[in-house]
Amino acid sequence: MKRLKLGALAAIAIGAGVAAHAAETGITVAMQLEPPHLDPTSAAAGAIDSVLYANVFEGLTRFAADGSVVPGLAKSWDISEDGLTYTFTLQEGVTFHDGSSFDAEDVKFSLDRARAEDSTNAQKALFEAIDTVEAVDPATVRITLGQPNGALLFNLAWGDAVIVAPESIEGIKSSPVGTGAFKFANWVQGDRIELERNAEYWGEAPALETATFRFISDPTAAFASVMAEDVDAFVGFPAPENLPQFEADPRFQVIVGSTEGETILAMNNKQPPFDNPLVREAVAHAIDRQAIIDGAMFGLGTPIGTHFAPHNPDYVDLVDLSGFDPDRSRELLEEAGLAEGFTTTLKLPPPSYARRGGEIIAAQLREVGIQTEISNLEWAQWLEEVFRGKNFGLTIVSHTEPMDIGIYARPDYYFQYGKPEFVAIMDKLNAETDPEARSALLKDAQRMIAEDHVNGYLFQLAFPTVANARIEGLWQNQPTQATDLTGVRWTE
Amino acid sequence: MSLWRSRNLLLGGGLSLLFVALALISFVWTPYDVEKLNIAAKLKAPGGDYLLGTDHFGRDILSMIMVGARTSIAVALVAVGIGMGAGVPLGLTAAARKGGWLDEVIMRGNDLIFAFPSLVIAILITAIAGPGAINAIIAIGIFNIPVFARLTRGAALSLWEREFILAARVCGKSRTRISMEHILPNLMNLLIVQGTIQFSLGILAEAGLSYVGLGAQPPTPSWGRMLAEAQTMVSFAPHLALVPGLAIMLTVLGLNLMGDGLRDLLDPRIRVVRT
Repeated sequence: MKRLKLGALAAIAIGAGVAAHAAETGITVAMQLEPPHLDPTSAAAGAIDSVLYANVFEGLTRFAADGSVVPGLAKSWDISEDGLTYTFTLQEGVTFHDGSSFDAEDVKFSLDRARAEDSTNAQKALFEAIDTVEAVDPATVRITLGQPNGALLFNLAWGDAVIVAPESIEGIKSSPVGTGAFKFANWVQGDRIELERNAEYWGEAPALETATFRFISDPTAAFASVMAEDVDAFVGFPAPENLPQFEADPRFQVIVGSTEGETILAMNNKQPPFDNPLVREAVAHAIDRQAIIDGAMFGLGTPIGTHFAPHNPDYVDLVDLSGFDPDRSRELLEEAGLAEGFTTTLKLPPPSYARRGGEIIAAQLREVGIQTEISNLEWAQWLEEVFRGKNFGLTIVSHTEPMDIGIYARPDYYFQYGKPEFVAIMDKLNAETDPEARSALLKDAQRMIAEDHVNGYLFQLAFPTVANARIEGLWQNQPTQATDLTGVRWTE
Repeated sequence: MSLWRSRNLLLGGGLSLLFVALALISFVWTPYDVEKLNIAAKLKAPGGDYLLGTDHFGRDILSMIMVGARTSIAVALVAVGIGMGAGVPLGLTAAARKGGWLDEVIMRGNDLIFAFPSLVIAILITAIAGPGAINAIIAIGIFNIPVFARLTRGAALSLWEREFILAARVCGKSRTRISMEHILPNLMNLLIVQGTIQFSLGILAEAGLSYVGLGAQPPTPSWGRMLAEAQTMVSFAPHLALVPGLAIMLTVLGLNLMGDGLRDLLDPRIRVVRT
């Protein structure tokens, strides 16, 4: 009997050993949202990039973990004196996952497709400055601009600007074919996407042989899956209140990074009473940012006073322009002829920063006499009603695209600002290539929207990752939405 | 036997009354303002300044339970009202026209509603009409209609066979008048018992709908939403889930016990068997 038990124990031990060994070359990464499809060049959904960026698809340039723009499929580039011609020298010996070779024609195809009239690219503005793309020879691409654009290399690093092949474009939404270090292997919809190492990869081979992305939207299930070690890492962990428990557990590491997500209380600038700057300023002063960060995010997040990431060197701290001051807020409402307050709608998408933040903001606004009717919406409803329909008074959302202050120049964007003076600054910025002049313009832009109190600026969204303590190489910050696994490895 | 009966009624009635009392008191007084958040005092354990602790926004949980009782009771009460208001006349009409086309139409309509799982349809209704307490009331109310219609029809049918009804018919009273004057009063006991049961189911349904976010919307406190919000915090602040969970359980238990007790006391069929 005793022997039998020992035997059983040995079997368990061997089993555990095998499992541990198998884990050394593979990783299971969980995230909240599943991509709707797998073409990063034709949808705004960040979840697509979270799985595929840098892993399966690459662009001419790419974002590194620290947010800097580094060479990708382009080995190097020359910029002409007038800033209008960019000549890229491409990496050689690169093949797509289906075996077809990568050359200048693929670059021309990808960029022309993205900026075409009928393109469904979600960020067409990235390519606006481009006049022509020419394949000079298989290893050289020349991009000519209509006007100088200081942000071209940055723009080309986006997930929306990755290089795809004409041979495989047909099926890209279900079986993406890129040039990256990992090949797409399998997608079980509603559950997981599997990648495997690309043996033909042109760059440094990744340590991992396989990678599985799992999609767990429910915060309680997310907590359970990490605790039970069903997943090796959870990127963008949805419940900040659980992080202290993971921190206290030696099995896990908690990495809290920054994102490009400016979390704002967006106001409908065309809908009364928010068309009155006094009312918007009153709202801004009614909000206690720290209470929102503490209450909704359990302390995670950096207060912001304008629509700009605090870790950006050009950031201006304008938090004091809209400091918490309910008395000032009441005065402003009186000045605006709304001494009795008013009632408006507050429409909230699913993330907890919005749902919880919304309840806190509603309570804070109530203090100065502004009543809100809260409605909780699913993402599809929110996109329909708020983002496209512009049928809202207030809403809370995090804008996670990098350097997206340009959205304020679009009068038809959902909060409907588009002031001509601001548009002028943005036009100047797009044409400017001198770094110092660009920095000054960016600062002007930040000040203008902060002084106009276009929206209530709350905080920069933090990005918590919970991972097995033996994993290293995960990105801490999210300079763009990505889960770059090329540098991830197991230690010991 | 009689002691056990009254014990059910006493315990159930006591529990139900407690929550009704909490709900009524909340109109004039709660320990703290439930619409006022106090982030600095968040997640306090029960005891001290806050008898049942505070939630993640620093709101007093006892106050929330009191106001939440109001929401639950209001939703369930109106829903039962809708069910009775529409179901009883329908059942009476069907019984009065037994075998006629009207009977068929009413009862098959009832079957149609009955055929759907009620909570799923409630979710559908609130998904189409938008979440909110009013839509939850309508959704739950609609599903109470067939319950009362069937009960009424069944009981009324047996009454229609009785001599005193025959006498009334001989006197030339119309079917509608007989239904109203003779059938309905004799069904009252049955309806009160069923009403109590449906009331407890209504409270459960309201909690279920708010749990999935389709009931009363914030800032109105609701037991179901308190449970939902507690989910990720159960592991370090169990009182967040325990308190609303117990509130729901005790209320439903109380109402069911009360329903049982009332049935023993009021239902003529059981009374006949036991005497």
